[in-house]
Amino acid sequence: MSVNGTYDGRERGTFPVKAGLAQMLKGGVIMDVVTPDQAKIAEDAGACSVMALERVPADIRADGGVARMSDPAMVEAIMRAVTIPVMAKVRIGHFVEARILEAIGVDYIDESEVLTPADEEHHVWKHDFAVPFVCGCRDLGEALRRVGEGAAMIRTKGEAGTGDVVEAVRHMRTVMKQIRRAQGMGEDELTAYAKEIGASLESLRETRSLGRLPVVNFAAGGVATPADAALMMHLGADGVFVGSGVFKSGDPSDRAKAIVKAVTHYEDAHAVAEASKGLGAPMVGISARSLAPEQELASRGW
Amino acid sequence: MSTTAKVGVLALQGDFREHCAALRRLGASASEVRTQAQLDGADALIIPGGESTSMAKLMDAYGLRAPLQAFARGGKPVWGTCAGLILMASRLEEDRPQPLGLMNLAVRRNGFGRQADSFEAGLSVCGVPGGPVRAVFIRAPLITETGPGVETLASLESGEPVAARQGTLLASAFHPELTGDSRMHRLFLDMIPSGGAS
Repeated sequence: MSVNGTYDGRERGTFPVKAGLAQMLKGGVIMDVVTPDQAKIAEDAGACSVMALERVPADIRADGGVARMSDPAMVEAIMRAVTIPVMAKVRIGHFVEARILEAIGVDYIDESEVLTPADEEHHVWKHDFAVPFVCGCRDLGEALRRVGEGAAMIRTKGEAGTGDVVEAVRHMRTVMKQIRRAQGMGEDELTAYAKEIGASLESLRETRSLGRLPVVNFAAGGVATPADAALMMHLGADGVFVGSGVFKSGDPSDRAKAIVKAVTHYEDAHAVAEASKGLGAPMVGISARSLAPEQELASRGW
Repeated sequence: MSTTAKVGVLALQGDFREHCAALRRLGASASEVRTQAQLDGADALIIPGGESTSMAKLMDAYGLRAPLQAFARGGKPVWGTCAGLILMASRLEEDRPQPLGLMNLAVRRNGFGRQADSFEAGLSVCGVPGGPVRAVFIRAPLITETGPGVETLASLESGEPVAARQGTLLASAFHPELTGDSRMHRLFLDMIPSGGAS
C-alpha cells in the first residue's frame, strides 16, 4: 500500500484520514500499557486508546540507559488484546523504527522524547507515511514545526514519568498564550512572530484564523490524578495521555476509570470530586524541579 | 423557516464539537448532552464519532442507556455517525460493547480494518442533492445485515452499505462532521418534525 494509493475508489493515508482518527479520540484518555492484561484493564476502564510500550516513563527514568522502540511482537500482542486503537513510540528521527511499526499496522506512532533520540537535528518526515503520527511540543513554534513535518496530532510534552503536572501545565499554557497573542497580530507582526517562534508563516496564519492548533492537541507528561486530568482539560487540552500515572498507582483499574470520568465531566466539580474519592495511593512521583537538566526529557526534540 | 428545534449532541467522548459546529453553520440550535436532563431538553440527538467502547462505558456509568432508548423509541430523531452507528445497532458481531438496539442493523466494529485501512471516498447519498459527498471512514464499522424497515441510503463502489435510515433513525459509517460539507446535517434536520432550521 502506498501513501495516497487509490484502488476501489478509496484513498488511504490522506491527511484528513490521519488527522480524523485524532478527532475521534477527543475527550478521551490514552493510557500507557506494558502488557496485554494492562491494555484490557485500560479498555475496560473506558480508555479511548492505549500506548503499547515495554517500560512506562517512570521506569525508563529509573533504569537509565538507551530507551528504544518496543519489541514489535509485544506491540502486536497488545493489538490482539483490545479493539481500541493502539499507539506505539519511536525514537525522534528514527524513521526505520517508524516503518517497522507502520508495517505491523499500529494505529498511531508517537515520535517521542521519552525514548532516547536517534537524531539530534531531524525529526521523521511524517508526510511520507500512511500511518498517522503524534508529536510532543513545549510551545507553539515546536507544535507547528511538527505539523509542518506531517504530525496529525500534537501533545504537550510535560515531564513524563514524574507524576508532577507542573511542566504539562507550563507547556499547555504557553501554547494557548501564544495562540492568543497571534490572534491579536496583523500580517507584519505575524511575519516577525513566525520567525521568532520558528514556525512557518502559513501555519501560523492558519492557527490565528482557527484560534487553535490545526490538529488535535492532547496534554501529556505528569498527569497522575483525576484533578490533574480535569485541570489540563480546563487549560484547553482536547484529551489526556496518562503514562505512569495509572499502572504505577495502588489500584490501576479504579484510577483509570476515575481519570476517564474526570476528563468527560471536567467542567462539573462535583463529578470530579466523586471521581477523586477513595482511589488509594497515587504514583509516588518526583518533583520536576528536582531534575538535573540532563534528566529532563522535555528538552529533547528541536 | 423554523429555528426552534433543539438538537443535542451526545458529548461523552469523540468529535461532538464538530457536529455542533456543522449544525450551527446551518442555523440550527446545538447543545452538548452529558446528562439525562440535557437529553430531555432536546428534540433530536446526534451520537458522534469516537470510541464506541469508551462511549458505552460512560453511557452506562451515567445512567444514560435507558433514557437514550426511550428518547429514540418515543419517535425523536437520532443520527449516529461511526461509533454512533455502532451504538444504534441491534446486534454487534463482538461481545462488547452492548449496543442500544435502536435500528435493525448487524454491525462489525472496525469492519474495514485498522487505521491503515481508513480511507476517503466520493459517495452518492440518497436524499442528498448536489452530487457526491466526500466521505471520511476512520476505522469504520461495517454493516453486515440490514433488517426490516431499514432503507440503505448509500453504498460504496464495492457494495457495502454505509448509510441507512429506519423511520426517524439515521446512521452513517463515515464522518460528515469532519469535512465542512453540511448536506448530511441538512438531511437530518429535515427529519425533525418542527424543522431544524431554514
